[in-house]
Amino acid sequence: MAQLKLGRSKVAHAGRLPLNIAKDIVKNKYLYIMLTPVLAYFIIFQYFPMYGAIIAFKDFNPRLGIGGSAWAGLEHFRDFFGGMYFWRVFKNTLMISLYDLVFGFPAPLILALLLNEVKNALFKRSVQTITYLPHFISLVIICGMIKDFTSSDGVINDIIAFFGGERITMLLEPSFFRTIFVSSNIWQHVGWGTIIYLAALSAIDPEQYEACKIDGGGRWKQMLNVTLPGLLPVFVILLILDIGRIMSVGFEKVILLYNPTTYVTADVISSYVYRIGLQDFQFSFSSAVGLFNSVINFALVIGSNWISRKLNNTGLW
Amino acid sequence: MRVSLGEHIFRVCNTLFLSVLMIATMYPILYVAFASFSEPALMMAHKGILWKPLGFSFETYGAVFSNPMILLGYRNTLFIVIVGVALNLLLSSFAAYALSRKTLQYRKQLTLFIVFTMFFSGGLIPFYLLVRGLGITNSLWALILPTAISAFNLIIMRTSFEAVPDALEESAKIDGANDFVILFRIFLPLCKPVLAVVGLYYGVSHWNSWFNAMIFLQDRSMYPLQLILREILIIGEASSMAEGASQDEIIILGETLKYATIMVATLPIFLVYPLLQKYFVKGALIGAIKG
Repeated sequence: MAQLKLGRSKVAHAGRLPLNIAKDIVKNKYLYIMLTPVLAYFIIFQYFPMYGAIIAFKDFNPRLGIGGSAWAGLEHFRDFFGGMYFWRVFKNTLMISLYDLVFGFPAPLILALLLNEVKNALFKRSVQTITYLPHFISLVIICGMIKDFTSSDGVINDIIAFFGGERITMLLEPSFFRTIFVSSNIWQHVGWGTIIYLAALSAIDPEQYEACKIDGGGRWKQMLNVTLPGLLPVFVILLILDIGRIMSVGFEKVILLYNPTTYVTADVISSYVYRIGLQDFQFSFSSAVGLFNSVINFALVIGSNWISRKLNNTGLW
Repeated sequence: MRVSLGEHIFRVCNTLFLSVLMIATMYPILYVAFASFSEPALMMAHKGILWKPLGFSFETYGAVFSNPMILLGYRNTLFIVIVGVALNLLLSSFAAYALSRKTLQYRKQLTLFIVFTMFFSGGLIPFYLLVRGLGITNSLWALILPTAISAFNLIIMRTSFEAVPDALEESAKIDGANDFVILFRIFLPLCKPVLAVVGLYYGVSHWNSWFNAMIFLQDRSMYPLQLILREILIIGEASSMAEGASQDEIIILGETLKYATIMVATLPIFLVYPLLQKYFVKGALIGAIKG
């Protein structure tokens, strides 16, 4: 009987999908009532902007609206790729992200490995509690602190001056921007990032360590042969997520920290979108820049997930 | 147990390194705290590292708390956090419950529809035009409605709802309960910890957010705290805060005023943090499993 039902619903599935949805809605009417505001939210606030992104291919005129504005084809994209700022923002986005990836990404893993070697529970907890804390401080305050500490009469310059160095207003120096950006990111998030690695560490079977010890492996060997392989799946998933974010550097932080003198190294694609779009009101052009960014991001997530599936069978999906 | 020399050296170095890290994390925060309690005039003349407050004074805190903009910012932020989190939790539990029910035939497709938004977005400008088109700019709704659900938090909740035994739902259904009753009377009470976690995540993000407020609000009387802080800390308008003070006093007070405002704006998080830390951590873990 059950088999028969299954067979019939499969036929219906292939032939008359809408009827099936209607059936599902009748059967689960309360669930669909619950989902209505939720789906409305996603359609309005997430999918409608995706539709709205077609203004990148139009000459958007607020009076005519998204649908009514005239098509411009790829003009805005050509303007962006050929424009004088393309390479600057593209390079800055890539550089800041790569620095973040190279220095920031392994930091929580290293901290987790070091914490894992600590035998004193109280000390371990103190380190964790304190290093998590900055994660919850608001970006505005973090950037306010950075600005204050790096100013020419700030504490960092006081220390430099004490050792006989020259005082520099660091946020006005293009060559300092990436270092400040990335190191403050590490400061803020390294502790928080360790949580997931510590969880993965505690899930490793102790017998594996025993086996390694019996085979004559010391602490270092144990780490290479048991700990690191045990952390690999988590590492890969986080890496895919991070690679997917390569093109979307935390632009709120960039906007809070940069200024015209540091645009050379600090202006990234998303801060450029903000400036051109919301300060100069070139809606269509800056949508084209934003769309370029979103598409690359998406391609990076798909691509890195695909590679990771091929290589070691782990991935987000 | 034998401890080799190499291991001994490693342990000492490790402890040393972690201690330094702990100090390096804590010191900037302590510096701000010390500076905020210092005598403004002493702070003005001070150079280098602070080991303790210079003198001791609540003067700057007085100036912060008597500033109408800060108080207004506080009030607006509280409103956004309370109303925002209530809406966040309501919608997220609806979605998490519905998507965790196996009777829902299209749950996979619906989940994909939602999760897709975590990886692709229309971008800032279409989003801005949408909110403007809806006519909710220059109202606090512009800060609440566009962030009514986060797909990430929803997944955290769904994961924990999936862990509730099916039998509970079935027996409640036999007793004639509908899904709303089951959600509110059975699932939410059972999943309180996750509700707390997700509520905290939402709360912190509302408390800390400033960008939407900056692009959607023109009327200063609606500014949330973070936007006021941005004026004081980033744009450097500390002087506008000490109304009625003389020019010299403003300059001297300005030195410590920044620090006191940082403290006042972060204090709620510092206070709840020790109590809630384990919940934060729990949320990070559940999120990581399915994230």
